[in-house]
Order: sequence, then structure tokens, then C-alpha cells
Amino acid sequence: MIISNIEIVPGKRVTNHLGLVQGSTVRAKHAGRDIMAGFKNIVGGELKGYTELLQESRQEAIDRMCEQAKAIGANAVINVRFSTSSITAGASEILAYGTAVVVEG
Amino acid sequence: MEAIINLGIFIGLLFIGYFFGRRAENNHYKSITKREDELRDIYVSSERFPHPPFLTHDSQLVSGSVVISVDYFKVIVAGLKTLVGGRLTAYESLLDRARREAILRMQQEAKSLGAQAIVNLKFETSRISGNANKGVGSIEVLAYGTGLIERT
Repeated sequence: MIISNIEIVPGKRVTNHLGLVQGSTVRAKHAGRDIMAGFKNIVGGELKGYTELLQESRQEAIDRMCEQAKAIGANAVINVRFSTSSITAGASEILAYGTAVVVEG
Repeated sequence: MEAIINLGIFIGLLFIGYFFGRRAENNHYKSITKREDELRDIYVSSERFPHPPFLTHDSQLVSGSVVISVDYFKVIVAGLKTLVGGRLTAYESLLDRARREAILRMQQEAKSLGAQAIVNLKFETSRISGNANKGVGSIEVLAYGTGLIERT
């Protein structure tokens, strides 16, 4: 599965458009991390726990998108975009979407 | 009496925020400039299509993200600044650091995959409200693009 955020796949030809595919996940972090983050809000600096959490959820969103693409017979997803939004305090939604296509060559 | 204790806590937090925040920011900037020099050979651009020499390369999505928290001092300074308006330099440097760090992480990932260039760079910024509706809290910056890897 080729995933790319440009509109072409270099060196390959798009033979079939299969439409939009998407994957999303909503994650909350646990209270322990929240308390640590509260301390960090006083001294500043990177919140490593959150960075990891968001990376995991982003990977999850990409995986779900790929599953959907595979199910409709695509072998590449192009023009991928991400979107993040915080739903309530402590939970955020991560969405990945793109165009499923069949490429050849 | 209570008012004095509260004031003491406030000033204490302000000083802790100022010293630790300053130190964290200076160290971070030093590390950013150092790593930027090291990763200079990975070309990053926000153009939509790769240049002709890269058209036969394999492509792969690369991304880097970082969550950075503000310190107490910056929250207070920015809060005062909003009364008179103007540039919020306290937050500007925060976002600048986060963006550059995210690009660096993306470049690092590209390098580990053996990519020579990254095209169509996009940013995504979001706010993580730790304790809801109080200041900026912490910000997340995601940088992503398509890494171009030479076909073997």
C-alpha cells in the first residue's frame, strides 16, 4: 500500500479512482499523564507522553484508512490529509483521509 | 493572611515558570539549530509536485509531531499583553520551536527510510486543553509530507 500526500505517485500511472477513504480514532489519555502535564504547564517543555499518544493514534487512523482502501481494491492512497480536533478536555479526535486509487507500472 | 499566602504561591510559580521555562527554551533552541545543520541535506519543500529528477523515486508518507507545553510565566505575560494588544512574543517563540521540532522529526524519519527529499509539506496545529479553557495549555504541531526514496 502506497500512502502519499501528493496527487500523483511518481513513476506510476493512476488507472482507476475509487473515491474517498478515511480512518479516525478518538483517544483519551489517562489521569496520571494529565497530572504530569499539569506540572509541565508550570515549567514548560515537551510533553513526551502526549507526543507518543498522538503518534499512536495517528498510526491507528492511517491503518484504518488503509484497511478501508484495501477492502475496495485499491493499492495506493494519495492526497492524504490529517485533521485533529479536541472534543472535550482530555480527548482528541484524529482523522486521516485520502483518495483511494489503483496504480500501475 | 490568606491573601498573602496566595500571593506567595503566585509569585513562586511565576519565578519557577520563568527560570525553568527560560532554560528549557534556550536548550531547545540550541538543540534545534544543531540538528537543523545535521539534517540540511534532506530537502524539504511545500511544492505540490516533485521536481523532474525525483519523478522516478518511490514515495512514502513521513510525519513528525511534537506536543509542547507553555510555562506559567508565559501564560501570565501573554494574559497581560492581551489587555494592550500587539505581538505575543511569548507564544510566538513557543510555536516557532514546535514547528521546527516537528520538521526535524519528520526529516529524521525520512532519513531513516533513506529518502532524499520531502515534498508537499503540510502543517497541522491543534491545542490540547489540559485544564479546560485556561490559557493555551499545550500545543501539538504535526508536520507531514511525502518522502522520495531512490528506487534500487
